[in-house]
Amino acid sequence: MRFSDFIKNCERNEVSLPEAILRAEMEETGVPKEKLKDSIAKVFEIMMKEVESKYGKKQRTLTGMTGFNGYIMSQHIPRMIGEFNHIAMVAALSMAESNAAMGRIVACPTAGACGVIPGVFFALKKVKNASQKELLVDFIVAGGIGWIISRNATLSGAEGGCQAEIGAAAAMAAGALTYHFSGDAEKCGHAAALTLKSMMGLVCDPVGGFVEVPCVKRNGIATQIAIGAAEMALGGVGSVIPFDEVVDAMRRVGRSLPESLRETGRGGIAVTPTARKIVEKVKSNNI
Amino acid sequence: MSLLDVVGPVMVGPSSSHTLGALRIARFAYKFIGEMPESVNFVLHGSFAETWKGHGTDKALLAGIMGMHPWDERIREAYIIAKNSGLKYKFTFEDLGEVHPNTVLIDAAKNSKTYRIMGSSIGGGEIRIIMINNVSCEISWEYNTMLTVIRDVPGALERILRNLTVNISNLYLRRTNALGKIATVIIETDEEIPPDDRKKISENPCVMDCYYVRRD
Repeated sequence: MRFSDFIKNCERNEVSLPEAILRAEMEETGVPKEKLKDSIAKVFEIMMKEVESKYGKKQRTLTGMTGFNGYIMSQHIPRMIGEFNHIAMVAALSMAESNAAMGRIVACPTAGACGVIPGVFFALKKVKNASQKELLVDFIVAGGIGWIISRNATLSGAEGGCQAEIGAAAAMAAGALTYHFSGDAEKCGHAAALTLKSMMGLVCDPVGGFVEVPCVKRNGIATQIAIGAAEMALGGVGSVIPFDEVVDAMRRVGRSLPESLRETGRGGIAVTPTARKIVEKVKSNNI
Repeated sequence: MSLLDVVGPVMVGPSSSHTLGALRIARFAYKFIGEMPESVNFVLHGSFAETWKGHGTDKALLAGIMGMHPWDERIREAYIIAKNSGLKYKFTFEDLGEVHPNTVLIDAAKNSKTYRIMGSSIGGGEIRIIMINNVSCEISWEYNTMLTVIRDVPGALERILRNLTVNISNLYLRRTNALGKIATVIIETDEEIPPDDRKKISENPCVMDCYYVRRD
């Protein structure tokens, strides 16, 4: 299954993108569409409830390397970005910190990248007054894009680096945002492609192997890339390379990443002098 | 991977391999024993041994052996809950040999019976139970799983299958003790194995032990 198959189904059957995604899933698993939609709605409700309760809160994470960034940014009055971007950023930081604090999260698409999607969805809700019903449809679009990445590349940092986790999350978010404002399936593909191209090759280099540095802040920043890419797609800027081909490229790039840059904590920023010092301290505190 | 796997699952962080997977291995052990054990020793191997506390692997294992669900926010307080419920627990570290880096051996005791279960967390929250009571196996827990210890005699398997009224997805039989003439049968099914089937199977004179772990 490719993204172009979704588009074909939309055209042939005159259905929306989320409808085409649900139908494709139903054909594969045999689970009735309504039942699937109910299960997705349950996950979605939990995600929105969690982001509402954790937004801008200080949290005690397992290692203490993060936990205060969502709070700090919520207190900051932005100098450049608007309310939409600001809320998405704070929400994403807060959810990623909740994950590091053993809070309840939705691993959409993974635990380490769990902040990006609730980030942009919370902004849609708070700033654009989007209804739960509209948002659920957008959420299915996000899921469909992640599904394509999981089928044709990977969503695992250990296999494909961070491009497969936060990169994929951002592509999913960009597609959902584009669908929310345009309902245009092709533009969703462009937004996802533009995002993934901007994050291609991103390595997974967690300090000490823990899901905190740089994961938490990367979640916050990825919302901004997703919003930027969606804005471009909405404005009519397309990706020269189609989304499916970008996903193929991402798979190849992931395979050529050395193991040290795939969630082992043995490359990238994880081996900088400061990171080493921090890890020593964390371990001596019996963490 | 289904659409629901992409947009989920709901879990307590921070890591699907080191937290969710660890919890699921211990929760399998809890289900296998049938209740919370009186005492448990978790033997951590490889990456589990290296980064356990920073990933909450310890709390996840404790929560799992007490039967908590992966999305239970009380996982954070697993130590306090374990203490209050009188569970004796211990964490030790050992090289368990040629196994996946994220592997744990669970030694538990309940009603003067001991249980020894080894499992690996293989990524994305997926697990493999690779040993039960010193018998090696490979259980994904994506099915309903029945494990029977049987006498290694002709016709024993046939007598078990005769009492099964649901379709079998996977079936393994392995001689585990040639001297004692003991074999182990693992049956995985999509459908729930009815209590009546299980009763008949466990009453079979060839069957020494019968355990059933429902898919989560």
